[in-house]
Amino acid sequence: MSTKKFSNYLGLGLAVAGILILLILPNMLSQYYVYLIATVFTTALLASSLNLVLGYGGLLHLHHGVFFGVGAYTVAIVMTKTSWPFAVAVLLAPIIAALIALVIGWFCVRLRGLYFGMLTLALGQLVWAIVYRWNALTEGDNGIHAIPVPEFLTSINSVYYTTLVVLVLALIILYVINKSPFGLTLLATRDNPVRSESVGINVKRHRLIAFVIAGFFSGIAGVLFVLVERSVAPSLLFWNKSAEILIMCLMGGLTVFMGPTLGAGILVLLSMVVGLYTEYWLLVLGLLLLILVLFLPQGILGYAMEKYDKRRSIGGEN
Amino acid sequence: MLQVEQLQKAFDGFQAIADAHLSVPKGEVVAVIGPNGAGKSTLFNLITGHLQADSGHVRFKGEEITKLSPFKICHKGMARSFQLINIFSSLTVFENVQTSVLAIHRLDKNFFRPSRKLLVEETLEVLDSFGLYDFKDRSCSSLSYGDQKVLEIAIALGSKPELLLLDEPTAGMSSEETRKIVNLIKRLSQEKGLTILLTEHDMELVFDVAQKIMVLHQGRTIAQGLPEAIRNDKAVQNAYLGETG
Repeated sequence: MSTKKFSNYLGLGLAVAGILILLILPNMLSQYYVYLIATVFTTALLASSLNLVLGYGGLLHLHHGVFFGVGAYTVAIVMTKTSWPFAVAVLLAPIIAALIALVIGWFCVRLRGLYFGMLTLALGQLVWAIVYRWNALTEGDNGIHAIPVPEFLTSINSVYYTTLVVLVLALIILYVINKSPFGLTLLATRDNPVRSESVGINVKRHRLIAFVIAGFFSGIAGVLFVLVERSVAPSLLFWNKSAEILIMCLMGGLTVFMGPTLGAGILVLLSMVVGLYTEYWLLVLGLLLLILVLFLPQGILGYAMEKYDKRRSIGGEN
Repeated sequence: MLQVEQLQKAFDGFQAIADAHLSVPKGEVVAVIGPNGAGKSTLFNLITGHLQADSGHVRFKGEEITKLSPFKICHKGMARSFQLINIFSSLTVFENVQTSVLAIHRLDKNFFRPSRKLLVEETLEVLDSFGLYDFKDRSCSSLSYGDQKVLEIAIALGSKPELLLLDEPTAGMSSEETRKIVNLIKRLSQEKGLTILLTEHDMELVFDVAQKIMVLHQGRTIAQGLPEAIRNDKAVQNAYLGETG
């Protein structure tokens, strides 16, 4: 019991220490690195939202980037094509992302396994095609640039702190959901959907709700993306973006709450470093994926937790 | 409590259930027996909504439930265990039962309360009555086969059913474990007044616990009645008991 408490305090302590470091970091780094870490925050939220469906729901969601793109485009379109205030854009983005998730999810939860995955991919690419072609609304493959944002969000440091605060708040909410009856039931539907139905769980609806929540948080990540980049392009909604998020979750560990955040941090920073030397980032990514699948299928944090648990249980027995 | 009438189900031309009849009175223990492939598991899956019947009726407490999905049937007061172990493999023993307790209280879509504090007493009560209390914090996949089989039934009991369906509850168990299950069935029936429908290969067990027996042969109900009548039924002896004995 006391070791359990100890590990809880350890987790909390690490989180607080991490946040404190992140709070003072912008004062010590150049603007470029501040920008880069803000990108990590955005991506971490995106990956964590995917993991609700992928890791905890056990659903092969292959195209989560769509909701991210929809969120980002919502902000971009509201800010450039209407005279509505910024707050409306910010509120609307996750709501529209969640609505699109509701429509796509409604079809997908009827299918299982790979078929579920293929349908997320197909419907997601459909949304991409609409964004790509609908010139009047989305500016097509030009994308939308120089998106106006409120004065207080123009400096990179304020963007950094905003994305940090939003990420921490969103992670807390996702964590609470994970530990709630909804989260426990989601794990049950992942482990054994047939049995779940037998004990009175509406599995399809449960999965759909998880899908929509994930879409909602992905939409919030889309807002953060606009704050950081001030521009959007259709490539945000292309499937290879979604594959990258998937790999982040795998890399960090699907069964550990902070896994996707770690994966996002590693991949974003790595892509920057690799980009300095070669154009073949996707090749490096492919090799990484290969190593991951062969030697570390439980992900980095998953592996670490396994080792930690083992040591703890041996210590407990002695 | 449960009526099955003229139930039929075919798979790709194979008539798994040709004409099944069954009546389960409230408070009784009823057993469905029949040789391998007689359609016992299919019958169970039809009753609990895991399969859709081609024709016929299933009525529960006077209400037609033939077309309902499993989770709705569960909320009406019917729970089941499975022949093969069918538990939530990554959860702890406690969470396995708690999942079903949460669902029956319709708390499974609650987002903002920590689940570890919800319906704890009720869950522990179920675990305690099954002798699983000491294992509560263990991962369920670390339990022995026999204990997993007990957990299998405990999950069903978490749904607080009026009618409990047990699909071969002692399959693959040692004789000692089987005795434990027999006592459990008797206790559930006598102390809690639970209505129980079960399938079983162990004839000794069936004649020990059942107040009524239905015999299924090639998808048809060929006899239904008191254990003594079944034992002496000519058609049953020909179709089933004759084969084994």
